[in-house]
Amino acid sequence: MASALVNVPSKARRGTVIEIRTLMSHIMEPGYRRTAAGDLVPRDIITSFSCRFNGEEIFRADLFPAIAANPFLSFFTVATESGKFEFEWIGDNGFVANASAAIAVEA
Amino acid sequence: MRLRRLLLVAAVVTALPALAAEIPAAERRSSYTFMTSDTKAMQDDDTANPGMLAAMDGETLWNAKTGQANKSCANCHGDATESMKGVTARYPAFDKALGRPVDIEQRINLCRKDHQQASPFANESRELLALTTFIGKQSRGQPITAGDDEALEPFVARGHELFTQRQGQLNLACTNCHDDNWDKHLAGSAVTQGQPNGYPEYRLEWQAMGSLSRRIRSCMTGVRAQAFDFGSDDMVALELYLMSRAHGMPIETPAVRP
Repeated sequence: MASALVNVPSKARRGTVIEIRTLMSHIMEPGYRRTAAGDLVPRDIITSFSCRFNGEEIFRADLFPAIAANPFLSFFTVATESGKFEFEWIGDNGFVANASAAIAVEA
Repeated sequence: MRLRRLLLVAAVVTALPALAAEIPAAERRSSYTFMTSDTKAMQDDDTANPGMLAAMDGETLWNAKTGQANKSCANCHGDATESMKGVTARYPAFDKALGRPVDIEQRINLCRKDHQQASPFANESRELLALTTFIGKQSRGQPITAGDDEALEPFVARGHELFTQRQGQLNLACTNCHDDNWDKHLAGSAVTQGQPNGYPEYRLEWQAMGSLSRRIRSCMTGVRAQAFDFGSDDMVALELYLMSRAHGMPIETPAVRP
């Protein structure tokens, strides 16, 4: 049950700075904790996040064990043309999740 | 001599200060009001509130057919935005068949057993929290009415008894902090009134969603008492009393708390 919440303005004026916010459902188990029996809980985190706009990568982030569960990432870009943002989260144990959002840019 | 001593004891007992009164309606404050602006902003923005992830999962479960009956919640209850509005605000509610109140988690598992013929969800499982969060979200802004049912009177009274009963190695009752000292701090954190209007909630300390039962259990562990079991009569009675104590406060589910 991986789910993502992506917040992209549905329209913007050309040249304005827009904020993109993403929230991804993930436990982000750091790999340093132990169970009551003393066994190490294996690491299970998201290791990489990327955002592409009309196929071109515009933002990338590496994630590490100290990052909280359900990572919230926010970043800015300039609205240049209408198109589609594609988001991808990649993590341990073959974790892959995708989301997308469209924006209409007006002159 | 012995009689005089007895009288003295009686006099001392009656002279003890009465237990603190319940917080008057006008002074009831959601734990939201004790939070920093950052944490408030996280709760207020539905695209930043991690509780919304659980609500989304809950919506999926609401519409998924399950059990031997191969029925989804939606097959009987229809559109949750209509049928579940105000439900969380009136739970725990009296169950006529059982003759006692059940909380929303127990209600879901009863529904699974009786109508879906499915196995119950484990306490604090991702699935159960997702469903209770999704159902709770339908009551956002609705005033709490739990405890209004006359049949619940003895159970509310039992809950009040538990709330005011000292327990654990620290020998503290809920009331000692949450009625008497809610405007003060415990280490760096606000004590708060312990109002139950945001459950299930996303607790930053837990890095996860949790139910009111879980919160009560961690409070009880904090005073080094034996925590009530999930779904036990005392747990539900205490939840019920807490809800009746918050009568009229709007539901905030899914709340974010530090």
